[in-house]
Parts: sequence; structure tokens; C-alpha cells
Amino acid sequence: MDPVLYSRILTELTLSFHIIYATIGVGVPLMIMLAQWVGIKKNDEHYILLARRWARGFVITVAVGVVTGTAIGLQLSLLWPNFMELAGNVIALPLFMETFAFFFEAIFLGIYLYTWDRFENQKKHFLLLIPVALGASFSAVFITIVNAFMNAPQGFNLVNGELINVNPLVAMFNPAMPTKVAHVVGTAYMTSAFLLAAIAAFRLLRGSNHVYHKKALYLTLKVGFIFSVSAVLVGDLSGKYLAEYQPEKLAAAEWHFETEENAPLILYGVLDDGEVKYAIKIPYALSILAHGSLSAEVVGLDQFPEEDIPPLYIHYLFDIMVTIGMTLMMLSAIYWIGMWRRWSFVESRLFRWLIVAGGPLVFISLEAGWWLAEVGRQPWILRNIMRTSEGATTSGQVPTMLVLFALLYLVLGVGSVVVLRRMFIRNPVEQEIKDRQQERGGDIR
Amino acid sequence: MNIEILGITVLWVFLFGYILIGAIDFGAGFFNAYSLFTGRQRILTNVIQRYLSPVWEVTNVFLVFFFVGIIGFFPKTAFYYGTTLLVPVSFAIILLAVRGSYYAFETYGARGHKGYSFAYGSTGLLLPASLSIVLTISEGGFIEIVNGQPVLDYWKLFTSPLTWSIVVLSIAATLYISSAFLTWYANKAGDHEATHLLRKYALIWAFPTIIAAGGIIFELRKHNPLHYESIQTFWPLFLISLVLFLGTIYLIWRQRHYGVAFSLLMGQFVFAFFGYGASHYPYLLYPYLTIYDSFTNQAMAVALIIAFICGLLLLIPSLYLLLRMFLFNKEYVKGNENHHA
Repeated sequence: MDPVLYSRILTELTLSFHIIYATIGVGVPLMIMLAQWVGIKKNDEHYILLARRWARGFVITVAVGVVTGTAIGLQLSLLWPNFMELAGNVIALPLFMETFAFFFEAIFLGIYLYTWDRFENQKKHFLLLIPVALGASFSAVFITIVNAFMNAPQGFNLVNGELINVNPLVAMFNPAMPTKVAHVVGTAYMTSAFLLAAIAAFRLLRGSNHVYHKKALYLTLKVGFIFSVSAVLVGDLSGKYLAEYQPEKLAAAEWHFETEENAPLILYGVLDDGEVKYAIKIPYALSILAHGSLSAEVVGLDQFPEEDIPPLYIHYLFDIMVTIGMTLMMLSAIYWIGMWRRWSFVESRLFRWLIVAGGPLVFISLEAGWWLAEVGRQPWILRNIMRTSEGATTSGQVPTMLVLFALLYLVLGVGSVVVLRRMFIRNPVEQEIKDRQQERGGDIR
Repeated sequence: MNIEILGITVLWVFLFGYILIGAIDFGAGFFNAYSLFTGRQRILTNVIQRYLSPVWEVTNVFLVFFFVGIIGFFPKTAFYYGTTLLVPVSFAIILLAVRGSYYAFETYGARGHKGYSFAYGSTGLLLPASLSIVLTISEGGFIEIVNGQPVLDYWKLFTSPLTWSIVVLSIAATLYISSAFLTWYANKAGDHEATHLLRKYALIWAFPTIIAAGGIIFELRKHNPLHYESIQTFWPLFLISLVLFLGTIYLIWRQRHYGVAFSLLMGQFVFAFFGYGASHYPYLLYPYLTIYDSFTNQAMAVALIIAFICGLLLLIPSLYLLLRMFLFNKEYVKGNENHHA
């Protein structure tokens, strides 16, 4: 049994599961905050109710996010002890700060959730959401900084296996950090927005035609559009970062074998014995993506020794990520313009089904993006410093643990879906509005 | 005080925080399941859930804080403890996952699901046991270096009386701390029946706690003579701890001043825990790892301490707010309001 391989599989499994919940954990507080804010501004109870119902579902995802986050936090040291021993010297600061951000969020989330209706003034309650959203976003920022460091380690000198001249801030502000952080946080907002939009669209298709869902759809798709535009812009900057600092990742993702000027961008296609077939070639596009100029030279895979080249299947992941991202951006743009110009087809069943499809698709895009980023830095765990195989544990029990954790995630995944479904189906929004009307004496419709 | 000691003290404080609020949480889950089993659910469940629901996530953060901190201040611990603890810590993660999901799932979905409550309750006993393994291992004698890699000798670990004394202590202390806290909380809520029951639990669990603690000192004499000797030099701390323990028992026995009783209990554990920690100095893992040879570089240590101070400035007021809104809010404690989202 090869502990390196199994450590990789277990880490990938844990992270792939965790990012679903973690991304919701970063994005949804912002959406709740926006809904609460709009509700206060417009004095519209529907938005307040929207915030409340989102918050209720959010609790379930937070619970799973917290426990899987604890799992990956410990697994870093359990599965990659040699890596953590080395990297801990340089990158402990953002890891430490991440726990503070998480702490901050945890405290205020507890207060927020258990003080509904305790304040006469909704604005006070809204104030509690600010630290929740800030804490959530900043944990993403700090943990992404750690990941960025693994792609572009700096802030220390390694002399004969000894670490000297460590500078924690230089390590944090590494070249990969700005694009990574912006992309991770932006796409987390985007993902959550499209997820919530899909739910609203689904309710509209399935029986309910309540204005509550229409308001939800309008708000979420607007936010979704804004952050998908930011994802595209930052994605372009990420390409330029890669060309400059990690050319082997870019070259592998784009199947750019030979160094050349006027480089075309390859979209789709399959790789068959080293030959690209059925691909769409966009002339000059890779030169533009990499250096912002039609004629720029782009480094190809021919410049790297075989053992430093990441697996070439990451090209497919790139295609999936970009295609879905672009599609969702178009979809939300059409919806936005359509609502403004009163095109009726954006309220048709077909269009709503497309929005529903956006929910799962945006998560596929999220996973593909992370796999692209992570597999793209193989065979390094710390680029140019430590190979993945040198960082892993030597324990023989990793395969057993892999089975145990797979079972755990299965239970958590199924459990969270069952609880969420039950929660909302048993208490549809119409029922809740009626209940609140009775409580309050009918001040909402 | 040098920076290494400052580092380990900070971490020790957080570990203490986790043990205290973790014990309340673990024990409460156990009592909740036990009351379900014996048909006394009506008495306990309300009190327990009212306290625990808003704070479950915070409890978890204390643990995360400790393990992130120890890797940060002492990166070499990743090398020694990482590989060897794969199995026990993985089990602990799975148990934590059951706990972490429980409050959310229970509050919003599967209310009153018996099987889940039992699973949850039993993790309350298994978790202290699986986490206390780390303390056992740190005494040395269970890890050998084979081909430059540390290997844990499970046979030795599971046949050692020291291991089992520590397991018994962790479980008994969990139930003792938890029942003493909940007695106070139930009394504040004006719930006499629950107070009465929990008071009984506190008295029952007090004695195994103190006996197991004494047993460990006795075991150490054979297992790690150096540590045993070091414990002797700190005897006043352990004596104070014992006196505080007797004070707690007296007050709970006489059914008065439960709040003071719980503060005495905290004092008892503070003295015992810090006495134990101080006597462990300078080893993180006897005899391979001391706090000096595993300490991170100067620049990182300073950065971590600055981050720590800034973080505390943010956290302490927030924690105070949390306590004021729930623990020390009369209306909330009595259950007059239940306005969760």
C-alpha cells in the first residue's frame, strides 16, 4: 500500500467534499446580509423572510463545513507531516489568522441565529451579520493565502535543508496570492448566488408562483451576474500570473507543447497519443491571455523536464470550468437585460429550467477549478522545493482511514440533503407567511 | 519569561479552554442521551439544549485554535505527532463530525431522533478517551524511531496501565465538570427537578475523578520517573487543587452557591492542569522533543504573538457579548424566549 497515493486520494476526497460546504459558507452570509439590507431599506417583509429562510438552511451547511474543515485542518498534519514541519515555519501566520476569522464568525453566527425577533429594530439584527460575513470571507482569504504559498513559495531561504531568513509577511504576499484570493472569494459569492437562484427558480416551476420567489430570483441573479463578470476578469489575470510564474501549469492546461509566438488558444478537443484532435483553435488568444499581446511568446511544455510536468488531463478541467462560468454569466446577463426590457421569455418555463440547471453546474465548475489548480502544481507540494511524495506520511493505515472518511462524508452529505429538504418542504414560504401574519396581525401580504 | 514558554503557555490556556467547554459539551450530550434512555428526557433536554445550541461552533474553534497554534509555534510536532496519531485522531475527527452536525441537524431537521441522540451521547465518552491518548503518548515510551520515521507501538499503548488511568480520568472529569456546570445552569433557570438530578450526578462523578488523578501520579512513578520527580516539586499547586475540589463538593452537597461551587471547580482544574503542564516542561514528547528544539524561527514567533494579541482584542469583547446574550441572560436561560432562526 502506497501511503503517498492514498494520502493524495484522501486529501482530495476531503477537500472536494469540504469546498462544497465551505463555498456556501463564504457566499451565503453575503446574500443573507444583502437580503436583510434590502428588506430594511424597502421595508419589505419578503426580503427579511428570505434572509431568515436562507439563514436556516445555511446553519446545516455551516455545520458540515465546520466539521469537514476541522478534518482537513488535522489531516494536513496527519497525512503530510513532513510538509507541515517545513511549511509550518513559514506559513503558520495565515493559518493562525484563519482560525481567528473563523472564531469571529462562529461567535456572531451563534448570536445572529438565536436572536431572531429579540430586537425590535431589525437594523440591530442586521449589524450582527456584518461580522459573520466578514469572518466567513476572511477565512477564505487567509486559507487561500496558504494555498497560494504552496504554488509560489517565498519569504525564506533554504540553505542545506535549513530554513533561514524567514519573513512571514513576504510569504503571505506571494505572487500567486492576489489572483487566487480574488478568484476564490469572487467565485464563492457567484456560486452561492447561482445556487440560491436555482432554488428560487425551482420553486417557481414547482407549484408556487409567489412573488417572494421572484424577488429572490431577481436579487440572486443580479449578484450572480456581477460576480461572474469578476470571475472572468480575475481569470484573465490568473492566466497572466501563470504565464509569468508557473508557465508549466498554463502550458499543461492549454496543451501548449512548443514555445511559440502568436500562440493560439485550444478549446475542447481530445488528446490522442500526443496529438490534439477535434479542438477549436482561437488564433492569438493564448498570447493575449498570457501576456496581453497578440504576438507574445508563450512558454511551452518543451521547456520543462518530463518529471516536472503536471498531468495533461487538466485541460479538460479548464474547459469545464471556463465553459460553465461563461454560460452562467450569459444566462444571468440575459435575465437581467430581459427583466429590464420586459422580454417575456426570461420568465418562461424553459428559461427557468436553465437557471435550475445552473445550481449543480456552478458546483461542477467549482470542483473542476480546484482540481485544475491543485493537480496543475503536481508533482510539487511546495513548488520547486518539496515533491508531493516527500511530504507524505509513512503510516500504513491511510487506506483504512480513506474508507472511514468516505463513509463519513456519505453520511454527512446524505444527512444534510435530507434535513434541508425536509426543513423547507414541511414549511413552505406560503405557510410561513400565513403563520407570521397571524402572529403579527397581518402586516405582510 | 522567554518566547518559547510564552508560546506554550498561550497554547496551554487554549487547550484548557477547550477541555473546560468541551467537557461541558461532551458530558451534556451524554446526560441527554442517558436521560432519553431512562425516560427522564423531559427533565434534562430543555436545559441542555438551551445552553449548548448557540455555542457548539465556538467549542469547536477552541480545538482548531490549539492544533493550528501548536503547528505554528512548534512545527516539528507535525513530524512526530502527525504520522503516529493518524488513527486515533482520525477517529476523533469522525466523532467530532457527529457532534458538530448534531445541533444543526437536530434543531432544524431531525428533532428528537433517538438513534442520533444516542450516537451523539456516546461520542461524549469516546472523544475524551481518544483525545487523551495524545497526553499519554507525550509521556514517552510509546513511540520509536524506525528508519528515521516515528512509529507508534499500539500494543504497548493499549496494555499500559497509564493509558487506562488517563482514559478513566478524562471520562470521569468530563462527566463531573459537565454535571457541576449544568447543576448551576439548571438552578439559574429555576428548574428544580433538573438541578436535583444533575447535582446527584456531580456528586457521583467527583470521586472517580479524584481517584484517577491520584492514580496517574502513581503510574508516572514507574513510567516516567523524571516527570514524577518534577510533579513533586509542584506539590503546592496540587494541594490547592485538592482543597478547591473539597470546597466544590461541600457546596454542592449542602445545595448552596452553585455558581461559587463551579468557580471553585474551575480553580481546581486550573491548578491541576497548569501544575501538570509545568511539570511536563520542557518536553512536548519525552524524550525526543522539547519546546526549545521544536520552536519556530524568531520572525514567525513574533508575528504569531502579534496576531494573537490582535485576535484577542477582537475575541474577548465578542465572547463577552455571546455570554451576556445567552449564558447570563435571565430571560433566555429560563426559556422564555426561543427565537432561533
